[in-house]
Amino acid sequence: MSEPAPPHQDAGSRPGPLLPARDGRDGALMFVIAVLCALACLAVLGGEAADRAARGWSADLKSSATVQVRPKAGETSAEAAARGAEALAGVKGVLEARALDRAAAVKLLEPWLGKGAVPDDLPIPELVAVDLDPVHPADASALSAALAAARVDGAVDDHGRWRADVERVALTVRLGAIGAALALAAAAAAAIGFATRAGLQARREVVDVLHLAGAEDKFIAALFQVRFARLSAFAGLQGTLAAGILWSALRLIAPKDGFSPLLPQAWSDLWLIAPCLFLAGAIGAISARASAMSMLRGS
Amino acid sequence: MSRRSLNAIPTDDPSAGPVLEFQAVALRYGRSPEVLRDIHLTLAPGSFHFLTGASGAGKSSLLKLIYLAHEPSRGRVRLFGRDIGTLARSELPWIRRRIGVVYQEYRLLDHLSAFDNTALPLRIAGRKLSDYRADVIELLSWVGLGARMHALPPTLSGGEKQRLAIARAVVARPDILLADEPTGNLDQEMGQRILRLLLELNREGTTIVVSTHDRSLVDRSGMPVLRLEGGRLYDEAVSP
Repeated sequence: MSEPAPPHQDAGSRPGPLLPARDGRDGALMFVIAVLCALACLAVLGGEAADRAARGWSADLKSSATVQVRPKAGETSAEAAARGAEALAGVKGVLEARALDRAAAVKLLEPWLGKGAVPDDLPIPELVAVDLDPVHPADASALSAALAAARVDGAVDDHGRWRADVERVALTVRLGAIGAALALAAAAAAAIGFATRAGLQARREVVDVLHLAGAEDKFIAALFQVRFARLSAFAGLQGTLAAGILWSALRLIAPKDGFSPLLPQAWSDLWLIAPCLFLAGAIGAISARASAMSMLRGS
Repeated sequence: MSRRSLNAIPTDDPSAGPVLEFQAVALRYGRSPEVLRDIHLTLAPGSFHFLTGASGAGKSSLLKLIYLAHEPSRGRVRLFGRDIGTLARSELPWIRRRIGVVYQEYRLLDHLSAFDNTALPLRIAGRKLSDYRADVIELLSWVGLGARMHALPPTLSGGEKQRLAIARAVVARPDILLADEPTGNLDQEMGQRILRLLLELNREGTTIVVSTHDRSLVDRSGMPVLRLEGGRLYDEAVSP
């Protein structure tokens, strides 16, 4: 049998934390930061999905054009459309040009007029749908020149106006998501700053003893910095996990391309929120240090 | 414990001048009347003084001025040759590390063990645990707390807290040691031991000021006495 160890044998084997390890307010603060992180993650994920949708629409619009042809005297509408499609098919940057028959044109009107609500005698413009090379698409002037050369009277719509609208909306959504994430980060920083000040006030006696024993302001601030960096990183991890789980659940129950055409999801989106816990830790550290230094210098 | 091994803080040449000078110093709290008035005090390096006076005479306030817990409302304070009024905030910690204090109310950190409380000044000075561990254990054993190194202050008796506070104040071998009623809660034997420790530190060059009500302690030591009365300081060796 070994002899009992002297009482001081393991004394000081690991220095205790200079700040009391626990605070009753830590749980509430952690909850607040976790919620803010989760909301920031969802804002980023939502922004990315909306941006993806806008990029997809923009690409679709960019890779197609619509030409309305007007028949010449003695020419039927179908003949005019066929001539237009033939003229456009040979243009560089055009993959395919096809004349839309009346049934196809009527189908395009159904969202506005309703199914079966298009009267048979309603004059419908003859349209040519043009699929463009997505890498090197033909521009509107090249298409107009080809029509003129073939003596086809037609108007080219390259969807430029719609594309500009879609791109403007995409940019707005992207900036909105970034703004929301930044606002939530600022709210988290403010909450941590407030908690740091409250914590410093609550531990005034400890701080005074450290000061009087020769601790520099930055030494004391570092204690709060480490404490809140850890707390924030842990809360960030919880918030990130919560957002990731919610996003994954929506992805799993959603149809193939995502929960909504407006928000097409992808599993790779989850990588975007992976750094959140590190960012939360960094925000916690910076905010706590700045608040502690400000308060200590003012004391 | 060797003085060399424990003193991490650079010190000035003691022969350079007094470690402490008060010139016409006064202190008031807020708008209240001055609790200290026209204090002139010079402490030579390696001196030992008792500070006596009735309760409320201002003994603790005088010590607070020395350990830089307060700034004087009037007058000039010089510590280690530096005018405290002109020091930058960033310089204060370096001065404070040269001062050890035994607070009347102990001011121990309740969440730290006796070992960690004692080692606090060394940790703050950036010393490594492996460097100071043996010294702290030896010191705690010496003040009779060898078996209570893991104990938290709330579990210690008044006398044990006082000994712990003394251990923390002397562990870094400060240039000035201020003790506010250091034997107030100790039995006679432990009081004698603490007095011997203070005298030993003084012999090694530490300037010591002990505030006390214990007249027998003063008489046993035979050291000079400063008396506070009505907010003014008198040297008992030269005043009636």
